[in-house]
Amino acid sequence: MNKFVIAVYVENKFGVLTRVTSMFTRRGFNIDALTVGETERPDFSRITISLSGDGYAREQLINQLRKLYNVKKVEVLMDDAIKRELMLIKVRYTSENRADIISAADIYRGKVIDYTVSEMCVEVTGEPTKIDAFIKLMMPFGIIEMCRTGIVALDRGDSSLFDKE
Amino acid sequence: MKLTGAEIIVRTLIEQGVTDIFGYPGGQILSVYDALYKYRDEINHILTAHEQGAAHAADGYSRATGKVGVVFATSGPGATNLVTGIATAMLDSVPMVAITGNVPCNLIGKDSFQEIDITGVTLPITKHNYFVNDVTTLKDVIREAFSIAKSGRPGPVLIDVPKDVQTALCEYEDGERVAKIPLPAPKSEDLQRAIELINSSKRPYIYIGGGAAGLGLGEEIVKFAEKIDAYIGCTFMGLSAIPTSCERFLGMQGMHGHYASSTAQDNADLIIGIGVRFSDRATGNLNRYAKNSKIIQLDPDFAEINKNVKVDCGVIGDVEIAFRKISAAAEPKDLPQWRECVEELKAKEAEYEKEVESAQGERLTPKFVINTINKNKPKGTIIATDVGQHQMWTAQYADFDMPRRFVSSGGLGTMGFGLGAAIGAKVSSFDDTVVLVTGDGSFGMNLNELATAVSHNIPVIIVVMNNGVLGMVRQWQTLFYGRRYSNTVLTDRKTDFVKLAEAFGAVGMRATTREEFEDCFKKALKLNDVVVIDTFIDKEEFVLPMLPPGGSIDDIISVVKDGEVVK
Repeated sequence: MNKFVIAVYVENKFGVLTRVTSMFTRRGFNIDALTVGETERPDFSRITISLSGDGYAREQLINQLRKLYNVKKVEVLMDDAIKRELMLIKVRYTSENRADIISAADIYRGKVIDYTVSEMCVEVTGEPTKIDAFIKLMMPFGIIEMCRTGIVALDRGDSSLFDKE
Repeated sequence: MKLTGAEIIVRTLIEQGVTDIFGYPGGQILSVYDALYKYRDEINHILTAHEQGAAHAADGYSRATGKVGVVFATSGPGATNLVTGIATAMLDSVPMVAITGNVPCNLIGKDSFQEIDITGVTLPITKHNYFVNDVTTLKDVIREAFSIAKSGRPGPVLIDVPKDVQTALCEYEDGERVAKIPLPAPKSEDLQRAIELINSSKRPYIYIGGGAAGLGLGEEIVKFAEKIDAYIGCTFMGLSAIPTSCERFLGMQGMHGHYASSTAQDNADLIIGIGVRFSDRATGNLNRYAKNSKIIQLDPDFAEINKNVKVDCGVIGDVEIAFRKISAAAEPKDLPQWRECVEELKAKEAEYEKEVESAQGERLTPKFVINTINKNKPKGTIIATDVGQHQMWTAQYADFDMPRRFVSSGGLGTMGFGLGAAIGAKVSSFDDTVVLVTGDGSFGMNLNELATAVSHNIPVIIVVMNNGVLGMVRQWQTLFYGRRYSNTVLTDRKTDFVKLAEAFGAVGMRATTREEFEDCFKKALKLNDVVVIDTFIDKEEFVLPMLPPGGSIDDIISVVKDGEVVK
């Protein structure tokens, strides 16, 4: 099982995301994460899909995506693509472990963005593995709630995926 | 010129060459029906008994001609009644445009009376669909829908139009009929690889599917088979692509395929698939399918390559171009050993058929029914079926002389498809005879469409193979469920199909012997009316050979006696 990231340009129209996700359900694809947002082109949105599977699953997913109307471009990102994810995580603290949490956040280049008498909220950005590690680190303190965006990713270099042949 | 949305719909359909529409009116599509009234001299609407029948009719209309079938329905239940028909078209890649009315935009999302999110419902069973909330986009949406329905791998497209969009005014100008978007040319390296595989093959088998059935390549494929000394088999959906009388043609392979065709495919060292998708009913157990052979797959749909079966050479794009290039470049061959092998299989099959026939004696059998149809039917006759044993018997024994003469639901296997589809096929090809072969189970599902055939003077001959049971399900119960006949017995229904036909204003006949059936069928051909022939067959008749589900060619069941597998 490999993990891979697929970027999809879709027409920025009502209901397009449903078409994409409905296809996943119908074809039995299990998605790890999916993000969607605006792009440099106002008429198109970019969907970033993270998926674990073998070569067969990857080929099928790409083929079925390419068959959908409203889907303009489907590309598997390179292994060395820039991948980032953002997480907000609320942790319970006590006077004893408060400094530990803050220094952990510091080491992970995180920011404390909310702070009350018993909990703090940390914002962390990075590769998914880094986010995973930070979650693991916070577990003993008591995670109240957390939220991850899923991966956004771009290939390195000066080209745009949209123009890729 | 300013027109209402409803008029734009009808005008755009006329512009796209539509001459016949099947449908059923209702509250939220009334404006469109009002526009149909205005244009009634230019476009013909056939009112069916049920929206499902209308969808199947549009489907049958398309299968018989390749034209895009068009169906109308109102919102809510009207739209949901189309669902089975749309899914049937989707699974068999039939081009269709379905137009549904919906509640006005300001009532959308409020659970209004007869409101349903039909674009949501049909998302996984359409090639594409549209919800039109702006009248200015309506005409282009319809044009695009036609283009999508017929281009590439064809399929159904649904357009949902709220009532206020139907009544809104908008500037309209007639446009051009949209052409098919040309398929990409096949890659030359793929063609080269295919030609190399063919040149080095010693036992080639050409395998025709639904993607080739409508192309009219029949004669060229036969010539190609002669050139490279190959034999031809087909999938269920590939039937009627090759004239049955052709010496090189072995018939359908697969779960209920001909022994020679399935076995020859298993013995082949190269399968040349043209428009096939290697469905489970065709391949059986994939781990044991085509283990000794290389596979070439020609298909317009890139997503079909390597989906079900890993192929050695996929040629994506225009199948006609790909086939012609390959067939022209392949070297002629002489393969006496292969011919000998297949001729032996054919002889074995003929012997088996003879044995079966002699065991049957003089009783009225499904094979006799189909053979009688074969013997008497005029050239170009369309044979439609429902789903079940009768369908497989038809697939095994019916003769075809032209492409698009077999109208049957393959992928979805929709019982109740037949009568609507037969009506649609007849409307599209009015000069050709249409025979529907159905069963008492399937016919019972949508026989209300007899009213449609009678009221619109659409003469179809309906042969009901009546065995008083749900035969195919019962066959599985016999073979795999210890003869526990749970809910497959229909004899308690006491339906008299002759009286029923008469009640609908059709002609009813009954046949219990061979002579009676032959007599009825000949009479029916002369009548040029809607005729139902209630044809009694024995419930112990099985569809054989049978490759059990998940099995392979070695597990083939060829003789069943008293409910037990003999061999």
